[in-house]
Amino acid sequence: MIEHLPALVIAIPLFGAFITPLFRKRYNLAALWAILISGLTLVLVLLLEYQVLTKGMMIYVFGADKPTLVLPSGYRVPIRIMFQVDGIGAFMAISAGLMSFVGAVYSYSHLQKETGLEKYYTLLLLLTAGILGMVLTGDLFNLFVFLEIASIAGSALVGFRNYRGEASEAGIKYLIVSSVASLMVLFAVGILYGQYGHLNLAYLSKQITFNPLDMIALGLLFTSFAMKCGSVPMHYWVPDAYTEVPSGINPPLLVSTYASLYALFRVSFTLFGKITIDMATVGWIMSILGVLTMFIGVTMALVQKDVKRLMSYHAISQTGYMLLGVGVGLTVFHDKQALIEFGRTAMAGGVFHIINHIIYKSLLLLTAGALFYVTGTRNLNEMGGLARKMPITTISFMVGAAAISGIPPFNGFASKFLIYEAVYKLNPLLAIFAMVTSILTLASFVKVFASAFLGPPLEKYEKVREVPKPMIVAMVILAALCVLFGLFPDFVLDKIVYPAVDALINFIQYQSWGGLA
Amino acid sequence: MTSIGVYYFGAISLILIGLYAILTKRNLLKILVGLSIMETGVNLLLISVGYVRNATAPILSDYATPTNVVDPIPQALVLTAIVIGVATTALALSVAINVYERYNTLDIEKIRGLRG
Repeated sequence: MIEHLPALVIAIPLFGAFITPLFRKRYNLAALWAILISGLTLVLVLLLEYQVLTKGMMIYVFGADKPTLVLPSGYRVPIRIMFQVDGIGAFMAISAGLMSFVGAVYSYSHLQKETGLEKYYTLLLLLTAGILGMVLTGDLFNLFVFLEIASIAGSALVGFRNYRGEASEAGIKYLIVSSVASLMVLFAVGILYGQYGHLNLAYLSKQITFNPLDMIALGLLFTSFAMKCGSVPMHYWVPDAYTEVPSGINPPLLVSTYASLYALFRVSFTLFGKITIDMATVGWIMSILGVLTMFIGVTMALVQKDVKRLMSYHAISQTGYMLLGVGVGLTVFHDKQALIEFGRTAMAGGVFHIINHIIYKSLLLLTAGALFYVTGTRNLNEMGGLARKMPITTISFMVGAAAISGIPPFNGFASKFLIYEAVYKLNPLLAIFAMVTSILTLASFVKVFASAFLGPPLEKYEKVREVPKPMIVAMVILAALCVLFGLFPDFVLDKIVYPAVDALINFIQYQSWGGLA
Repeated sequence: MTSIGVYYFGAISLILIGLYAILTKRNLLKILVGLSIMETGVNLLLISVGYVRNATAPILSDYATPTNVVDPIPQALVLTAIVIGVATTALALSVAINVYERYNTLDIEKIRGLRG
């Protein structure tokens, strides 16, 4: 069974998704089924990570037991679809499994008043399958297919509350942005296939020569994945989509955004890793995009009144840290000494920040969902004095807010500190921008805390009680992870982050299909 | 211009026409039409990549030898891409109906429920 893990990780959520519509009108059963399936997926991805860490890169070929098919003429080429799971792929898979589980648990009681929930859980599981496919696949066209699965499921979920015009508006916006991005990815796939006649990432990356057509393909892939991961100046869809989506979907939707970020890294580091001269330019573009993203995101967040919209702008801003960290690594990618000195640390900071951000931003968006659940509004000016009524939500919010602002001992500090330290060595100015952003982040969360939780208790919220248990469980899991990752950053760094970073750096190993070619 | 060049030219023109419609049109349905045109362009590009002059369809038969059939992989890819495109269009149209019911307009300048 172990050797079939990469396929099972996709097959189980897909199977679960197609069974879910059978629980028509029995919403509790559908919810329990979704929790069961996503829990099983979580166990499988943890096993997968364990396998990858102990045995090295895993390769799974659909329809054959070996990836290399030797033709009678002795010509060895990969002609089948294969999944190639290395450190960074398994790292993203853990985030996806964890967040879809948390999302399913949270949705159990958050959505009691809605209808059509069996479709909701179907889409949730489909979204999970799409993300997992994106991060595990080793085939360029397969990447496009899973990207489309994730974006169709994601946009249907954004427009789930179809009785609200705003939800449909956000849904169609997200759908159009994703479709244009995916079509551009397909365009690039066509260009690359036309030249090299292959779709396998590892094989393509060996052949690439970086002629003008390859440059166009790199530009298209870079732009479309940057668009889908919400980097400035293509960030406009993020606040709408994150605000309108039901809070239980926020965690998986965040991971789907960062699956595109993963694809961006995969394209820059593996597919075009061989190009020695121009990668520094791409790295600088990525770093500067990162700084712009974090700064514009946080300044937009400061003026928001809608609590989820404010947090969505922070999600944009935090994406900037990941782009900055990994971009610095890419800048010095072919400079061996600088890479060892600070490039690897910067990348570790960026990659570590992905999982940290997914955890604390999901936590914050879930607490925002809890506030919406009890008050029925997202407007900060209409809330107040909720701290006494909802102690656990308040504490979860405080943990999340401290983590996002980079206050020790929470997880945000651990990754931000690595980024500051390493980025300072490349260019002090970039690090200063990153620190200023962090301070502004703290300022805006103090505002949320003061207006929602502090102040005199309002009369209309007299009967407010703490949210139901499944929502509390979901929030407490994430809050505990925030604290644990903050207290033991070295453990997480050594176990999952550095293997992921090394997988990006050692693209030669990826090219060899684990020594099979 | 060689015959294959015509296909590439046509495909890229279709992509650009579609992109133009998406970026400039104010009617939501026209934007979706633009999306479909763009998708057709990309599909045409993929198909032309696998084109071989004077070759036949890649179906196993007495006439088809390894040297005189077109590349079957782009055709399989395009088939997948068409199915995905249908799903996207269907979802987008149903959401567009919902948008029209809530706002009574398809003009994207007037659909401004989300601000800031």
